[in-house]
Amino acid sequence: MLSLSSYFSVTYLALILPVTVVLYAVLPQRFRRLVLLAASYIFFWAVSEKLLVFLLAATCSIHYFGLWLADMQRESDACIAAAPKEQRKELRRQALRKQRVVLAFAIGSQLGTLLVLKYTPFFTSNINSLLQFAGSSVQFEIPAFVMPIGISFYTMQAMSYLFDVYRKIIPADRNLFRLALFMSFFPQIMEGPICRYSETAEQLWEAPKMQYQNFLSGIQRIFYGVMKKLVVADRLNLFIKNIFSGYENYDGFVIAVAAVCYTLQLYMDFSGTMDLVIGSGEIFGITMPENFKRPFFSASISEFWKRWHITLGAWFKDYIFYPMSMSKPLKKLTVKARKKLGNHFGPLIAGTIALFCVWLSNGLWHGAGWHYIFFGMYHFALILCGSIFEPFALKITGKLHISRSSRPYRCMQIIRTGILVCIGELFFRAHGLRAGLVMFKKMVTDFRLTTVWDQSFFTLGMDRHDFLITAVFVVFLFIIGIYQEKGVVLRQCLARRNVCVQYLCFYALIMFVVIFGAYGRGYVPVDPMYAGF
Amino acid sequence: MDNRLIEILEEIQPEVDYETCNDLVDGHYLNSLAILSLIAELEEEYDITIPTVEIVPDNFNSAEGIWNMIQRLQEEE
Repeated sequence: MLSLSSYFSVTYLALILPVTVVLYAVLPQRFRRLVLLAASYIFFWAVSEKLLVFLLAATCSIHYFGLWLADMQRESDACIAAAPKEQRKELRRQALRKQRVVLAFAIGSQLGTLLVLKYTPFFTSNINSLLQFAGSSVQFEIPAFVMPIGISFYTMQAMSYLFDVYRKIIPADRNLFRLALFMSFFPQIMEGPICRYSETAEQLWEAPKMQYQNFLSGIQRIFYGVMKKLVVADRLNLFIKNIFSGYENYDGFVIAVAAVCYTLQLYMDFSGTMDLVIGSGEIFGITMPENFKRPFFSASISEFWKRWHITLGAWFKDYIFYPMSMSKPLKKLTVKARKKLGNHFGPLIAGTIALFCVWLSNGLWHGAGWHYIFFGMYHFALILCGSIFEPFALKITGKLHISRSSRPYRCMQIIRTGILVCIGELFFRAHGLRAGLVMFKKMVTDFRLTTVWDQSFFTLGMDRHDFLITAVFVVFLFIIGIYQEKGVVLRQCLARRNVCVQYLCFYALIMFVVIFGAYGRGYVPVDPMYAGF
Repeated sequence: MDNRLIEILEEIQPEVDYETCNDLVDGHYLNSLAILSLIAELEEEYDITIPTVEIVPDNFNSAEGIWNMIQRLQEEE
């Protein structure tokens, strides 16, 4: 029985991907797209087995509702075009109202499935707690649903398709198979990136001929991702597990290091997976959107979220933030508040309401738990504070003659953002909100270096060598990041070099993974962190 | 170009020469809050509805771009 739980598994890297690549390379175009579709469904079956039915239902549902919306739009457009000019506005309003009902039903069916499968146990247990608190003896049974892996990702894609058809950004797709391939493309179904129909559907269906340069570039990118995962993410795993599960036994210093290590692990695991995913796409000549843009070079939390999990942030911005802040009541509020509170604080009120909804959704999207909601609210509060205090920060730096574009000031902002991010990730990883609060309190009130002096620090899951290899690799990535920030595209530079140099770098990459990868006895590979969301 | 549009822009962000500036969004002269204010004011002033798909830098990078968008939306209404 074919079974896999990670893109880094042998089943994916040595079986599913290579077999698909060989078939894709040898077959003519009309079969290539079918190879991708068949591979995608086999992959999904291997991951979620009979839960494949949920993906099929979601695909058929958006196909049906998309066509329904398109038919309504065509009819109303013809009706409006034939009507006298003074009646058109009213007709358009009526047509939009009808389309919105269909859209709400379509979105409701997608979102409803996700809410029921993912959040019912969380809401039920909270209702039970409330009932108990109120003195009632009534308790509801907590259901245990099994979710198909990747449901949070493909549901976002499905909803974006429906919104885009409603907004007339894309035409509704009559081809069920093309839509099915867009929804299920196997390298991205488990952990994203969350693609828009306009970004990948056409190129997937076109199934371009395989090119040697794309193949080589894709393989390089995959190895880069494997390196991040094996050298750093897996190496940190045991240490992080030990500290987060037995946090009561450790002082603030150990917890602070664990918070930094977890942030690093999350980045290496998720961005490494994205390298593997985007590299897999590159092999077939498919360009997927980037999900990371050196997030640890961000000067503010707001900037951080434009560089970390970019496709999720863009989804929330396009389908929650703007529609909410541009809704009629909030627009009226903006006009009124601006007259009373001025240009900065006036629009901030409507913006804050929309931002709150974005971060509540962001927290809940990551998981059904109070610590995830806290994670969302923490970032909401930080971004809001950034906006509120911006005019004061401008005044203060102006009075002190501090240049906000100077390198030291920027470095200070980057370090501050890094610390705030690590604190957020501490709550994100903690076993519940209470554990997160205790760990944070220890970090502030019980910060001691005892474990370093008595050397016990190096027996908590990582020894000196592990810390050294991690540090060297992080510095290596940091230097690459500096070049990339300056606009240097290293892979293009490498592609222009002699073939011998290209292969030398490639082999060096492989050797680095083989020698320094954290596998075998004493290491526990980290589970795919984002697949569970 | 409409003078009222320039007045609205100057009310929202006074320190810009709207006759010449063509990177209002890309140059960070108009941030997201300013764009929210601007959209609300434009809709009220010109009796149009600006859909979210129109919120792209091309439409807001210059006063001329904004004016072209207003005229296009007025024709469509």
